[in-house]
Amino acid sequence: MPIREDVLVVGGGLAGATAALSAAETGASVRLVSYKKSTLRFASGFVDALGYAPDGEGPIADPFEAIAELPADHPYSVVGEDAVREGFELFDGVVGDAYRGGHTDANALLLTHGGTVKPTARYPESAAPGLASDPRDALLVGFESLTDFDAPLAARHLSAAGVPFSVEGVTVSFPRRFRADAKVTRFAKALDRDERADGAGTRRALAETVAPHLGAAERVGFPALLGDERADEVRADLEAALGAEVFEIPTGPPSLLGLKLEDALYSALDEAGVRISTGNPVVDYEADGERVRAVYVDRKGQRVPYHAEQFVLATGGLVGKGIDSGRGGVEEPIFGCRVPHSEDRYDWFEDDAFGDHAFARFGVVPDAELRPTDEGGGPHFSNLRAAGGVVGGADFAAEKSGGGVSLATGLVAGRNAGEEAT
Amino acid sequence: MTDTPTVVVIGGGSTGTGIARDLAMRGADVTLVERGNLTHGTTGRMHGLLHSGGRYAVSDQASAKECIEENRVLRDIASHCVEMTGGLFVQRPEDPDDYFEEKLRGCRECGIPAEELTAEEARAVEPFLAKDVKRAIRVPDGAIDPFRLCVANAASAERHGARIETHAEVVDVLRDGGEVVGVEVEHASGPGKRTSPANAASGQRTHQASGTTEEIRADYVVNASGAWAGQIGDMAGVSVEVRPSKGVMVIMNTRQVDTVINRCRPKGDADIIVPHETTAILGTTDEEVEDPDDYPEEQWEVDLMIDTLSELVPILKGARTIRSFWGVRPLYEPPGTGTTDPTDITRDFFLLDHEERDDLPGMTSIVGGKFTTYRMMAEKISDHVCEKLGVEAACRTAEVPLPGSEDAGVLDDYMESFGLRSPVARRSAQRLGSRSREVLGGWSGANPVVCDCEAVTRAEIHDAIEGSGTDLNAVRIRTRASMGNCQGAFCCHRMAQELHPDHDERTVRSALDELYQERWKGERHALWGEQLSQAMLKYALHATTMNRDGDPAARDEAVDFGAFDAGPAAEAGSADASGDRAATDGGDRAD
Repeated sequence: MPIREDVLVVGGGLAGATAALSAAETGASVRLVSYKKSTLRFASGFVDALGYAPDGEGPIADPFEAIAELPADHPYSVVGEDAVREGFELFDGVVGDAYRGGHTDANALLLTHGGTVKPTARYPESAAPGLASDPRDALLVGFESLTDFDAPLAARHLSAAGVPFSVEGVTVSFPRRFRADAKVTRFAKALDRDERADGAGTRRALAETVAPHLGAAERVGFPALLGDERADEVRADLEAALGAEVFEIPTGPPSLLGLKLEDALYSALDEAGVRISTGNPVVDYEADGERVRAVYVDRKGQRVPYHAEQFVLATGGLVGKGIDSGRGGVEEPIFGCRVPHSEDRYDWFEDDAFGDHAFARFGVVPDAELRPTDEGGGPHFSNLRAAGGVVGGADFAAEKSGGGVSLATGLVAGRNAGEEAT
Repeated sequence: MTDTPTVVVIGGGSTGTGIARDLAMRGADVTLVERGNLTHGTTGRMHGLLHSGGRYAVSDQASAKECIEENRVLRDIASHCVEMTGGLFVQRPEDPDDYFEEKLRGCRECGIPAEELTAEEARAVEPFLAKDVKRAIRVPDGAIDPFRLCVANAASAERHGARIETHAEVVDVLRDGGEVVGVEVEHASGPGKRTSPANAASGQRTHQASGTTEEIRADYVVNASGAWAGQIGDMAGVSVEVRPSKGVMVIMNTRQVDTVINRCRPKGDADIIVPHETTAILGTTDEEVEDPDDYPEEQWEVDLMIDTLSELVPILKGARTIRSFWGVRPLYEPPGTGTTDPTDITRDFFLLDHEERDDLPGMTSIVGGKFTTYRMMAEKISDHVCEKLGVEAACRTAEVPLPGSEDAGVLDDYMESFGLRSPVARRSAQRLGSRSREVLGGWSGANPVVCDCEAVTRAEIHDAIEGSGTDLNAVRIRTRASMGNCQGAFCCHRMAQELHPDHDERTVRSALDELYQERWKGERHALWGEQLSQAMLKYALHATTMNRDGDPAARDEAVDFGAFDAGPAAEAGSADASGDRAATDGGDRAD
């Protein structure tokens, strides 16, 4: 029996999941096709709205106020402020108590593993006691064998950033010894299982290691490795033993907080009845004039068609390979949608590493319906919409806007697709 | 002369460090000054070919003979810097037959072992050679790490009492009564400034204050500043007509070839591929430039490397490049020679004694030459200086191994000894050579991997910091950390963090910024395909996750922390909201 759905979403990251959920809410039957693991494993797990204006001004306290000032081709301008709000509402419904920040329009400032603070709109509950606007004194704890986070240095850096609390850092050895370059996932597992270490469980042994350094601190920050499956239990045990609140600071990949967000999204997709096909790439499509009829998935060399009434392209940006490039140019590889770029490759970047890079804004150009457009400004296809990183016009890294753009465009693309299909 | 003669060597490249080592071993009191870090000029910007001499076997047999001789010396004294990959001169159907024959004959005339291979035999050596190549000549080319080599020369010089002063730019050549008597240097500001072992024997380290100038007097000055020799000459009031010529090098993400691949034709751009550590380097061009510090780096040069060399190795066409860089050759020819094409300028070196040439005693410049013969050049100029200074000691640099190459057997069994996983241990031992035990065994704390791409551990990073101070680019060239596929995305900040707490937060931050910007400089030339994805990921990790571009500590305006979310409790206006929430029950997060 041929595979046929009302809405087919290509891409399994934050934008694809949001589009699938929002399409499913309209009553449409939805399938999500995703090739590889999403880029969430690279992500901090914070969901940003808008932290800096395109000119670099910031950090912005109220992202919604700032949306009106964005240029017309910014994805937020295309979908409008209300869609951004609705996107975050959908997200709040999906993650429930696991995330904080929904009680206010204001951005939160969270500690980063590089010792800075960054503005974000939603943060994992386990990071919440670490808010930089909270005046309580803090202790940061790093581990000798974990090179991604130097707690004493981060503390000095935060003080230089003028945080309104006193902060100290200490480096300790993790009570359970692993080979020197074990990943954070190994630390998390030891805490999850409370493996024996120094004659006690890992959790107690860790608390005892940290306690002598506590001083006047009322909260203690660790790199985000405090358990995976039983993270709540791990933190509660540490807090009880330390007599202080405990929070997590995201580190580089693999990011447990990003992976947990991915898990939450996929549970929600299951609950919403979205069918999920993973592991094989979409390599081609079939169109009937102005309408896409099917996409083809390459299943071990076999081309399998997936039919649908409506399609959402949520394949990500340069990192997720939703946008591809070569020496000759930049393209959207599945449908060949237009991605504006200079003919001269040397216009794609700036000489300053943190300059205003054109490549960071590469992506398809959406119409008001989020349909990718061609040279003439008309949609490539009447039933193909785009969401998330594949949409151009925003430098999410500089603006700190990636999460919000995925939520807002995912919501609109999915909902419009669902409504039109049913 | 009764006292120990003093010599200042200008330039921290292969020639300068080679001279410093040679003279220090002969008992001179040597100070080497370099405006950047070691290898900052041309040495750090080459393809890392250890010539067999095959390249010059037709056009310049004298050079070819020197090359094969030094090739053998370096394999011996610098074994931990050399990988004997072997090399092929490959003929394509359109390349001239007579040149191939001449090359083969020339190699034999110069004593370079050379063996003719059929196309099939050549492809058995290098399976990715194009299907239509005609035949090849096998020669003993190799790959050499210029960074490691210079650092080892400098370390050896220090062991013999030399002072190696990096980030010290010569701002004047001191003259007194028509004679050169020393130099004035300006110590650079910023994180690049090295804490220098002013007195290596006593182990004391002094820190040269940034921005200060220092007069260093000496009995003799050697100008080994390569492409910059003309500028030093100007300061001394003499004319040194260096003709700087730029060449591009394109670095691939992996070793498409394990043998040095040369195109066998008379001359031309884009005719060599050198396997180097985890990468392969494509080279190069030869274009005269006005200013060795300011010349265009252009897209066509990068494209030319890929397009032309894929005629020899077709998979290069679609392969991933990770960065490109340009180097400037210090070519020289005596005034009046008048060669127009820089390709035709001799690769021989020239010793310009300014007393004989310009009636200015006390200084000699060395220009031209090739990396492979750096030691021989250093020997000749050291002989010259010693003659001037009345030093009778003989050169020993061809016999005494460099630090790291002292015991060839040491590389054998590091798999288990230092608790490192075997690929990490192997890579560490390859880089450290006979210093492995000292560096890895002498480290007492946890020793995690800091740079995953190149398998560099904390112990090795700290060893490099000890040798080079807070300059992370100097740490990079010593260890290869941040030089792999991710170009520092995952490790730049980790490397910087290792500077703390010996160096303060501010210093760490600027050291990180400097390394990050330096990495970007080369990455810009590889921004398409996989590497553009990689660059975007790096940008996202550093800007999105760490917010390094918006770092409030680096910005002028203070952040109004009160305007941001302080948690739901604070929102509700409860003044004592946060107070003792956790302290009492430890687990109350029901807010």
